[in-house]
Amino acid sequence: MSEETPVAGAGVAATTAADEPATASAPGRPDGRSVIREIVESSTVVVILAVVASLILSGVLILLADPDFRAALQYFFSRPADTFQTAGDALGSAYGAIWQGAVYNSGAPTFATKIAPFMQTLTSATPLIFAGLGLGIGFRAGLFNIGAQGQILIGATLGASVGFMMHLPFPLHLVLAVIGCTLGGALWGFIPGVLKAKTGAHEVITTIMLNYIALYLVGWLLSLEAFQREGSDNPQSPVLDTSAQYPRLFGDQYQLHWGFVVAILAAVFAWWLMERSTLGFQFRAVGANPSAAKTAGMRVSTITILVMVTAGSFSGLAASAQILGTQPSLTTGIAGSIGFDAITVALLGASRPFGTVLAAILFGGLKAAGPALQVQAGLPVDIVLVIQSFIVLFIAAPPLVRFLFRLPTPRIVKEVAA
Amino acid sequence: MKLELRGVTKKFGDFTANDAIDLMIEPGTVHALLGENGAGKSTLMNVLFGLYDPDGGEILIDDKPVDFDGPGDAMAAGIAMVHQHFMLVHPFTVAENVMLGHEQVKGPFKLLDLNSARDKVREISARFGFNVDPDSLIEDLPVGAQQRVEIIKALSQRAEVLILDEPTAVLTPQETDELLEIVRQLRDSGTAVVLITHKLREVQAIADTITVIRRGKVVGTALPTASREELASLMVGRAVTMTVEKGPASPKDVVLSVEGLSVVDDLGVTQLKNVSFEVRAGEILAIAGVQGNGQTELTESLLGATTPVAGSASLDGKKITGLSIADVLDAGLGFVPEDRTTDGLVANFTIANNLILDVFDRAPYSQRGALRPSVIEEEAKKHVEQFDIRTTSVFLTAGSLSGGNQQKVVLARELSRPLKLLIASNPTRGLDVGSIEFVHKRIIAERDAGAAVLIVSSELDEVVALADRIAVMYHGEIVGIVPPDTDRDTLGLMMAGAHTEEAVA
Repeated sequence: MSEETPVAGAGVAATTAADEPATASAPGRPDGRSVIREIVESSTVVVILAVVASLILSGVLILLADPDFRAALQYFFSRPADTFQTAGDALGSAYGAIWQGAVYNSGAPTFATKIAPFMQTLTSATPLIFAGLGLGIGFRAGLFNIGAQGQILIGATLGASVGFMMHLPFPLHLVLAVIGCTLGGALWGFIPGVLKAKTGAHEVITTIMLNYIALYLVGWLLSLEAFQREGSDNPQSPVLDTSAQYPRLFGDQYQLHWGFVVAILAAVFAWWLMERSTLGFQFRAVGANPSAAKTAGMRVSTITILVMVTAGSFSGLAASAQILGTQPSLTTGIAGSIGFDAITVALLGASRPFGTVLAAILFGGLKAAGPALQVQAGLPVDIVLVIQSFIVLFIAAPPLVRFLFRLPTPRIVKEVAA
Repeated sequence: MKLELRGVTKKFGDFTANDAIDLMIEPGTVHALLGENGAGKSTLMNVLFGLYDPDGGEILIDDKPVDFDGPGDAMAAGIAMVHQHFMLVHPFTVAENVMLGHEQVKGPFKLLDLNSARDKVREISARFGFNVDPDSLIEDLPVGAQQRVEIIKALSQRAEVLILDEPTAVLTPQETDELLEIVRQLRDSGTAVVLITHKLREVQAIADTITVIRRGKVVGTALPTASREELASLMVGRAVTMTVEKGPASPKDVVLSVEGLSVVDDLGVTQLKNVSFEVRAGEILAIAGVQGNGQTELTESLLGATTPVAGSASLDGKKITGLSIADVLDAGLGFVPEDRTTDGLVANFTIANNLILDVFDRAPYSQRGALRPSVIEEEAKKHVEQFDIRTTSVFLTAGSLSGGNQQKVVLARELSRPLKLLIASNPTRGLDVGSIEFVHKRIIAERDAGAAVLIVSSELDEVVALADRIAVMYHGEIVGIVPPDTDRDTLGLMMAGAHTEEAVA
């Protein structure tokens, strides 16, 4: 007779990490129905539906922006068929352009040129895969690292330095340049890691600030003679030696380079690290419940630093996909918006390597489709950003998606009993 | 006022927390709602209090059906509830808390009429001999007094039905007696009191009617004259032994020796004052005391999670103060933390992974930095079997288990390596009777296998059941170490700060 506080059910309620769907805490055993429920409740379904919902919602915007559709809408009641006709045309040309721009261009003369859009999609996806993997590791370890952008910039700087300052034969030069990129990213991850572990400074703040520091640091470096391209007034470095660049994967007809293969290998490694290694076990434990991890003897602050270094290294590899792949010259714009897009990619991929790869390819496709949208459908490229933003919005609000698609809500796990 | 529940049903998804429950609460009686944790008592009261919508059944007041949309409706109807975790605003005074939600104003500027609230507190306080000052801040009051404030709050709203949810969980034995006396007075003045509890002693002491709930259903009613064994078996659904079988201890060498340990917290408050004691191999030293009297600081500083400002502890002659947690665990400490959900388990890790939380980097669970999933699974299955963890798979999350099974996971992990010392804090908190029996048996088995055992518990029953010696803590100090057959009143006085000699005298 020595019990007191009823805590039944509190186990789940206490700590439900963002990337793990809450499991029912009712004492009942899972039957067929609850298994289906679990699948329906799983974040994968929510993620896919979020993408669908954002495509639908973007469709509405595309329609409203279409002059023919608006004109037809005005006499909807006399000739409704016109409205549907114009709607079909507008949506068909928009989504057709996305398909043709990102996956398969049926109008092209040869098979090689027909699949060129998909190759471009994979090329754009490559840095997103790397950075998304790193961010995903951080998220699962409980660190909201916003610093991929800065880590990419510093990684690219170190990689570029190796690439144009040293002159070495092909495989060696490339390997050294990749290592340079990785070290640069790792360094820029180490700083917020140490700050968090030793002083408790929140990583969101420090990484955002380090993004700015990295940006202006690169800008300043590019003003130095050592980094200036000869005969150019623009802030850009000399072009990297070809021996330091990823070779093209299928020859010069596509931009796709070996960095993509490295990215897939990196995804496999990330999976092994998180699911099979003792280090990843600690990453996950610290992320899911730091007090329990500490009580079990894990060194939480060391793990925090290691997580940030790992995440930074992956961002550094993302830098390599840029500087050693598609843009072999350092500029302040080398990171584009990869560091921020990768946050969405990691969230969309539920911080899991396989999901991240798929999400990165989706985002790479949207990016690749931009020009086609503009040329073929006459739509602003910004519509791609709108679609991306809707995806983020829906991902961030699972209850909204569940409401839209009438999915059952996950069981209330708090206070089921007592 | 007569309150009746008819066929009340409440479901959470597929889980039925309350299954067609009938309950009749008469004025001027104490109605005990007895059941294990998870039986559905609190859910039922939350339905009654308007916090949950029932899926079926009805609530009747004086034979008229009512429908509560929220606690406001229930309170207006004369039902008040004192939650297990008090709903008080700590930086406010007693009077302000009593007024909260029913603020009265006066004058042209609609100023708060604190005086009427003060008068109310004084009046009720005098009527029941509460001795509560309306102007003290809640944060300055001891827990027992805070509870009285909750009761005053309920009475100030002219509650005719007062629901007390596990009211004695946080009280010392003396405070419990005082509370029971208050309940008697309330009953005699015509209030109906619903007492939600799983403590048989209290039920027998005070209840007029007993309704036993098991797995969401009313399984029977009993009279207060029923024996503890009868009530317990009704509650659990099978015969239970109420005492732990335990042979005499055979203490050997000193394993844990603590000397002058002191801990100061982040705010500069001394939480542990010059604590010294020894635990020998083959004996159980139980630390009794009301929660928050330095027990947490003691166990955490032994584990290495808190750095003491003075003093030291040694395990088997080796100093452990200043070592990292991992090193202390390696030295042969098994640690069952007081809060398994925050410190003992990772709720969304699988059972298998929780079972290796502090041994994941050792053979056979890993090799050269890589986990060995097949070994982990096999060992987990073994542990699940040995410790009777009720689950269908070792790959379910630990959070999906009931409290008792979660605690078995922690025990299975901690007891499955060779231990010199086991420290367990409130090892059976929130567990059902069956699990308590099991946990106690395992702890005694560990003692008999030659480990030194240090138990920290705020439950006197548990302390008395397990201890070979009892140390009582109060305000960060050990007020005395006494034999296990010391009577409860003496222990109660010591828990309130009296030193051994005074308590015995």
